[in-house]
Amino acid sequence: MKQLRTIKEINEKITKGKVVVATAEEIISMVAEKGVEKTARQVDVVTTGTFGPMCSSGAFLNLGHTTPRMRMSKVYLNGVNAYAGIAAVDVYLGATEIPETDPANSIFPGAFNYGGAHVIEDLLSGKKVLLEATSYGTNCYPLQKLEKWITLDDIKDAYLFNPRNCYQNYNVAVNLSDRTIYTYMGILKPHLGNANYCSAGQLSPLLNDPFYRTIGVGTKVFLGGGIGYVAWHGTQHNPHVPRTDGGVPRGGAGTLALIGDLKQMSPKYLRGVSLLGYGVSMQVGVGVPIPILDEEILQFTAVSDGEILAPVVDYSEAYPQGTGEILGEVSYAELKSGTIIVRGKEVPTAPLSSYPKAKEIAETLKQWILKGEFTLTEPVAALPSAEVAVNFARQPEKE
Amino acid sequence: MIKRKVVLRFPATVVELPFIYTLAREFDVVANILKANINPRKEGSMVVELSAEEEKYDAAINYLQSRGVVILPLEQQIIWVEDRCTQCGACTVICPTNALWMKRPEMIVSFCSEKCVVCEQCLKACPARAVEALYLAGE
Ligand code: SF4
Ligand code: SF4
Repeated sequence: MKQLRTIKEINEKITKGKVVVATAEEIISMVAEKGVEKTARQVDVVTTGTFGPMCSSGAFLNLGHTTPRMRMSKVYLNGVNAYAGIAAVDVYLGATEIPETDPANSIFPGAFNYGGAHVIEDLLSGKKVLLEATSYGTNCYPLQKLEKWITLDDIKDAYLFNPRNCYQNYNVAVNLSDRTIYTYMGILKPHLGNANYCSAGQLSPLLNDPFYRTIGVGTKVFLGGGIGYVAWHGTQHNPHVPRTDGGVPRGGAGTLALIGDLKQMSPKYLRGVSLLGYGVSMQVGVGVPIPILDEEILQFTAVSDGEILAPVVDYSEAYPQGTGEILGEVSYAELKSGTIIVRGKEVPTAPLSSYPKAKEIAETLKQWILKGEFTLTEPVAALPSAEVAVNFARQPEKE
Repeated sequence: MIKRKVVLRFPATVVELPFIYTLAREFDVVANILKANINPRKEGSMVVELSAEEEKYDAAINYLQSRGVVILPLEQQIIWVEDRCTQCGACTVICPTNALWMKRPEMIVSFCSEKCVVCEQCLKACPARAVEALYLAGE
């Protein structure tokens, strides 16, 4: 495939204010109107976005040294335990950690009003957070107990490190049983009462670069309102799943591990959330720029909701038991219409991932690039991918 | 057994009496405090859910009124805090009346208070806690 431009050339255009950027939503109609060849020549970068609960998130914090010094072997922030089994005053605050005093699901369904993600949101909102630390004493670290109110400014280093974000496609969750169930996919009413899904579909980063041709280790991204990087492929990253003729995974596939300076981020794009009967999670906003290096990359970004299929899975039995059984496949266009058909029944749908926010993120990233505030990076290593022949001509009908 | 949500208004003179304790001890009335605004030596109010056997409930109400406490029926209102809403849409399949609804294809969630029947199902279904119940005293 003929290369149209390099990342270096795109960055030169960004600096000169001559770059052409479109969001992953805008590019669909552009390609439909002008065709692949012309659009690929015109557009340098396509921006994507997603905003949804991403449980595998958290922050590394360096709490700063006290006088006298302290190792800190057990650390709590607003009652939420942060893992301290690393160097003195370094901790990892996981998004889903809940206070030890939380009744969890012993009063079912648990409310999970507060957890690690909320601590992160509070810190970003400038609120004071109670730090409680204990430790055994050593010759070099004598202090054994500390209690103090701190803000994000008092924390020496704070960076988000999310081991698994941006799932490339995901299940549509339903409930075939006769009672309401409470899951990480939200509340699922009995007898196919509702179907919940969680992807930005045509705007979602990895659905626009299905074989990770441009997204790799070192790719600079929009993360939580600030700047982040792809650190590695995320946990459970699995490129070897069934794909459509257009190369789009037909279920959960690739994932990204992301890293970025928490101090630049905003509570607008990192939000603590409470999933009834399940636990605490964090809504994370991510946007990834895709450089249009050739026509194939552009074709991938022009994928629309009608061409992305997701498996419908019963979360009362098939999912918890891990049977792998699916009840059918639906497209994101169908999901977004408000109802899907499962086993002949009309089922109302709800997203858990916010499409308006995903759009806002793709648009913000586009503006950053247009204003010359954000340049692209060359990946330093590729993410594991799959070798599959792609046939764009045989994609399902656009809806 | 009856269960009722009411607003209690305490004049400044009685605000420090141990009403909740007395209700439980003398009348077997369980008072579940939903919201309270009590300040020493000032008029206060409290939203409570009272549950008791019917006769005991009536006796308890008499007792409260005899001490100058004003008892008002409760009107509840659901408030959608737009700023906190992340437009996730989770509430839209939970709300039975479509008061919380999604405009398609934009996928934008909004709230129509006229349609709300105050069933409170959205309160815990909203992951971002963007819906709140407001208790008002009906006159
Ligand atoms: S209280 Fe009930 S009717 Fe009102 S918005 Fe919430 S779920 Fe809908
Ligand atoms: S569940 Fe809460 S955050 Fe989500 S759309 Fe409804 S009100 Fe907004």
